[in-house]
Amino acid sequence: MLLIPCPWCGPRPESEFRYGGQAHVVRPPDPSAVDDAAWGAYLYLRDNPKGRHAERWRHLHGCGRFFNCVRDTVSDRIVASYKPGEAPPS
Amino acid sequence: MTQPFRIPAGGRIDRDRPVRFTFDGAAFQGFAGDTLASALLANDVHLVGRSFKYHRPRGILSAGSEEPNALVTVDRGAGRVTPNLRATQIELYEGLTARSQNRFPSLRFDLGALAEVAAPLLSAGFYYKSFMWPRSFWKRVYEPAIRRSAGLGRAPVEADPDRYLHQYVHCDVLIVGGGAAGLAAALGASATGARVILCDEQAELGGSLLSEPDVTIDGWPAPDWVREVLVTLGGSVTLLPRTTAFGWYPGNMIGLVERVTDHLAEPAAKLPRERLWQVRAGRVVLAAGAIERPLVFPGNDRPGVMLAGAARTYLHRYGVKVGRRAVIATADDSAYRVAADLYAAGVAIAGVVDQRAAPDSEAIEAVRALGIPIHAGMTIGSTEGRSRVHSVKLANGTDIIPCDTVLMSGGWTPSVHLFSQSRGQLVFDAASGTYLPSEGAIGACAGVFDLATCLRDGTAAGGSEPRSFAVAGVPVMASAGPPVAAAPNRRAFVDFQNDVTAKDLATATTEGFVSIEHVKRYTTTGMATDQGKTSNLNALTDVAALTRQGVEAVGLTTFRPPYTPVTFGAFAGPFRGKLFAPVRLPPIVAAGAVLEDVGSWKRARCFPRDGETIDAAVARECLAVRNDVGMLDASTLGKIEVAGPDAASFLSRIYTGDFASLAPGRCRYAVLLGEDGFIRDDGIVARLAVDRFHVTTTTGGAAFVLHHMEDYLQTEFTGLRVWLTSVTEQWAVIAVQGPRAPEVLAPFIPDIDLGAMPHMSVREGHIDNSAIRLFRVSFTGEAGFEVNLPSVQAQRMWDTLRERDVTPYGTDAMHILRAEKGYLIVGQETDGTVTPDDVGLGWTIGGPDFVGKRSLSLPDLKRTDRKQLVGLLPANPAVVLEEGAQVTASSTSSLGLARRSPQTPGFAAIPGASSEDDAGGNARSHEEKEVVGRAFAIGHVTSSYRSPTLGRGFALALVAGGRAQIGSKLLVPMPGGSIEVTVTEPLFHDKTGERLRVRPVPRPAAEPLLPAEVQSAPVARPSGSVRLAALAPTTRLSVRAGSSAATAIGLAIGVLLPTVPCRSVISRDRAALWLGPDEWLIVAPETASDLAVQARKAVGDHPASIVDVSHGSQTLEITGHRAAWCVNAFCALDLDVRAFPVGMCTRTLLGKAEVVLWRIAAEVFHLHVPRSFVPYVWACLEEARLEFTDAEVV
Ligand SMILES: [Zn+2]
Repeated sequence: MLLIPCPWCGPRPESEFRYGGQAHVVRPPDPSAVDDAAWGAYLYLRDNPKGRHAERWRHLHGCGRFFNCVRDTVSDRIVASYKPGEAPPS
Repeated sequence: MTQPFRIPAGGRIDRDRPVRFTFDGAAFQGFAGDTLASALLANDVHLVGRSFKYHRPRGILSAGSEEPNALVTVDRGAGRVTPNLRATQIELYEGLTARSQNRFPSLRFDLGALAEVAAPLLSAGFYYKSFMWPRSFWKRVYEPAIRRSAGLGRAPVEADPDRYLHQYVHCDVLIVGGGAAGLAAALGASATGARVILCDEQAELGGSLLSEPDVTIDGWPAPDWVREVLVTLGGSVTLLPRTTAFGWYPGNMIGLVERVTDHLAEPAAKLPRERLWQVRAGRVVLAAGAIERPLVFPGNDRPGVMLAGAARTYLHRYGVKVGRRAVIATADDSAYRVAADLYAAGVAIAGVVDQRAAPDSEAIEAVRALGIPIHAGMTIGSTEGRSRVHSVKLANGTDIIPCDTVLMSGGWTPSVHLFSQSRGQLVFDAASGTYLPSEGAIGACAGVFDLATCLRDGTAAGGSEPRSFAVAGVPVMASAGPPVAAAPNRRAFVDFQNDVTAKDLATATTEGFVSIEHVKRYTTTGMATDQGKTSNLNALTDVAALTRQGVEAVGLTTFRPPYTPVTFGAFAGPFRGKLFAPVRLPPIVAAGAVLEDVGSWKRARCFPRDGETIDAAVARECLAVRNDVGMLDASTLGKIEVAGPDAASFLSRIYTGDFASLAPGRCRYAVLLGEDGFIRDDGIVARLAVDRFHVTTTTGGAAFVLHHMEDYLQTEFTGLRVWLTSVTEQWAVIAVQGPRAPEVLAPFIPDIDLGAMPHMSVREGHIDNSAIRLFRVSFTGEAGFEVNLPSVQAQRMWDTLRERDVTPYGTDAMHILRAEKGYLIVGQETDGTVTPDDVGLGWTIGGPDFVGKRSLSLPDLKRTDRKQLVGLLPANPAVVLEEGAQVTASSTSSLGLARRSPQTPGFAAIPGASSEDDAGGNARSHEEKEVVGRAFAIGHVTSSYRSPTLGRGFALALVAGGRAQIGSKLLVPMPGGSIEVTVTEPLFHDKTGERLRVRPVPRPAAEPLLPAEVQSAPVARPSGSVRLAALAPTTRLSVRAGSSAATAIGLAIGVLLPTVPCRSVISRDRAALWLGPDEWLIVAPETASDLAVQARKAVGDHPASIVDVSHGSQTLEITGHRAAWCVNAFCALDLDVRAFPVGMCTRTLLGKAEVVLWRIAAEVFHLHVPRSFVPYVWACLEEARLEFTDAEVV
């Protein structure tokens, strides 16, 4: 079981969290201005990197907040976690 | 004679406590402190099992968990039969009943041994080579036959009556292995004040030191030193004997399984049989030791052939001689010390066969001085004997040495299994020919065999300054050279448990399997339950030689959990039976109801009267709603309070409607889409005030909808000032529906004019002084109301209405009534690919943008031939279609179609195509297969019932281009023939909506509800050191606010809202708990019921959300020295008072229930538990607490 650092509550067991998919996928501010192909890409296309992956988690059974993690998909280690709106650590 | 091989003195057994046991029905005696293996050896029993594949007689190879041969079944009565236990780990207890395995009819005369005659046919890969044709035999003939003849013990078929517990534990240092290095590490770690756990799979801590009476540490004989160290550690280190570290999982989570009662003749009922420890360790110190390697020579598996170190353990630890006359085969010096010790105990040593050309050391000279012949540069050519070795022939082909025991010493392999599981880097050590952990290991596990170094390294690994110990004497465990490859002989066993020989490895490499991973799978070496503990390195060495490369180049196969087999019981733990999953009960106990599962809820399906069938009851309930008045417990509906100045704007982006135009006091039906445009949920959005909405969700969708809303609120529509609070458990809902609904309700709700409420409206009022929310909505097509009232009042209201002859109806009637009106049920009419327009809800779409709107204009979602919701009326009114049945346009039969045709219209199944399963004997007829190619499924039945109102069967269906086909005839093919149906609009009752109108009702005099029955709180088991109680009701507020509003609220209600995460502030009789960065739970006495009003007043114009959630949960209190321990049986948080101090509070999981956990004092926790989860959480805590209750009282 992963130990996930919630930016508010600190490290907590994975069972308290819910995975939220790739981070930093921004919903187009005006979807009607986006063509079908771009909208389809927004809906369905995601990265699948080997290595560092920025992803959303929600501390569902805790403070309820969404936040972002950088997780290494090879080692399954979480490299960093940060609040929404913050830039991922380089 | 009893125990003829027990030596007169010595060992750690208790000779004053004889213990009787049986093996294969024969009675024996051993002593307390024996293992089954040592007691059998004391009784000269060497033949203990038959091998997996060839049914060869097998004996006891080792003295530890690496044992591949001596697997037995222990029988403790019905449901308590455990197969495949290692005799070397089973502690003897009075009455132990053990049986050998994999033999028929008996161990000594086993028919399966005929397999050995066929051994040349059963070589590597024989399964793949022999059982290829015919294919139809795979599942029915070959596999059952193979499973019968191969394999180990049989699992019992009865339910396991034992209890199993889980335990979450946190520590700074976890030490795996309680031998010399592990104990030293514990000394080092405990000196730093760290939280330390030391576990060891054996019954006694001490490891190999327990077998070294002649070695001294700081002047103490090694076993006595162990005793003294354990006394020192006892107060500060958690010592766990009989506890195997079986798995290393991400985040330094180590799985331990503690065998709590298996060694006891009569365990106390309150003890679990096993406890699964889930240890979150800051640091893991691996002191798992090393395992002696067998030598690979022909006949090395015969009973009487044993590891040399094991023989010494049996001698020194258990006082057992393993034979009368031993030959020792060795590749290192340690065997000579074994020879000397056995000689001293009176065992004749017939010779030492040393594969090294010129062995030379002090130990060897000592043995030579005893007159024991030493055959240097020699190996064993074969062994002879049936069920016990009686001689060995040396590889020179001439020397034959009579003996009853052969002791092998091929060097020691560090136990790197756990380290490998942790994805650690293993480094090849050429000197020993073994792989070593790159870090984190000490002692023999790290390839260090010098005792003084082990001890010194241990203290340092524990975190202290390295400490030296004075060691005298030489322990048996020693470093040795790399293993030597064996000749490919088909009687020279590499892997004993899976019967893999040196010949098999040669066959595999000859056939082209060169990767060790492929060789492993092809030959099954290392794949048995022992995971190749004794075989892996020998196999690796052989494969390296066969493929002419270095062992390093071949590489090691990956080790996976568990290290040794773990019972299903341990993994399942307490999560079985009533704790398998929470069963949520609505706040109304509806007498006479037949219940059904809806998600995790139990809901009333119908209310049959005496002698009434379910169908009759449902029909009666439907007609009562249509003609009179009925009531449904709809409390399980999800409810979310949406508050804040931007609430309308937020809801307009989440649901299909535009809620800016919804006036306060009015409701609107709304559909929630995923961003892909497909329906995910639906419900009623009710505007209570300009900035406050009450939104309902489906029963099953409640958690999802809240999560979905939070997702968009927190990450996309971040500027909006709005908060969401679940009030599902706060409000009970009684739907009162039917022409008489207004008149039966009116007397109890004097402050609302029911007759003046238009359809789709909401009012706040009172019932019996309790605030209620009254919805004028209908899911039945009749005029009706949904009364939202505090869940504690729901039972009284229900009982009162029942006394007024309101007919209770259940979910069955509800389904029929709504289907007659064409109201859809998400998940029944929809399946995640259905748009609002598909089901005739295009009218709900409005507003500039909402989640999913853009997708609705994608070309595929605008096609006119999409499946659309229609009604179906069977030509024969008596017919009720089957839900899920396919709808076709042409005459056809359909079995294959129903199962296999994709649902896209226009897709034709391929004629004659058939799956593999079909070829395997599916009894479908040729004709049925034929029609698959001609039929087109154009839709499917989503709901189908017999309507008591219409007096006939009717259905809802999704049909391609369905709306254009209204009036036409289609077919529903069934096995008995096709059923003709007429397509209709999906509306069967009151097409004009006339019945939804409410006539003005006279305002009657107010009447009271029935008096409340005294609620019986759950009663805890009395006494014990951990107490559990349900506390009296309290006032609870959910406060969501920014910082300035939070300050104002705190001042107004008399308790400041903490800003530090997970901390609480207590002021007099009230408390504020931080639950999130803008979320607090206020707890106050029940009498402080005006708290919400005070708080709302205080915020003024600051946006905030203040929601009374008093009735949504109940507080449980658990108290006592072991209270944290009991909570940790179900909660994964670190509850050490340093990590979770007094005053800390948080949402978390207790088992499968979300609770708010709050530490009131060091030994007192409060748990705020959602109302419907209270029985589950209560049962969890009772299960954890059982150990600490007084046995007499239980
Ligand atoms: Zn959190």
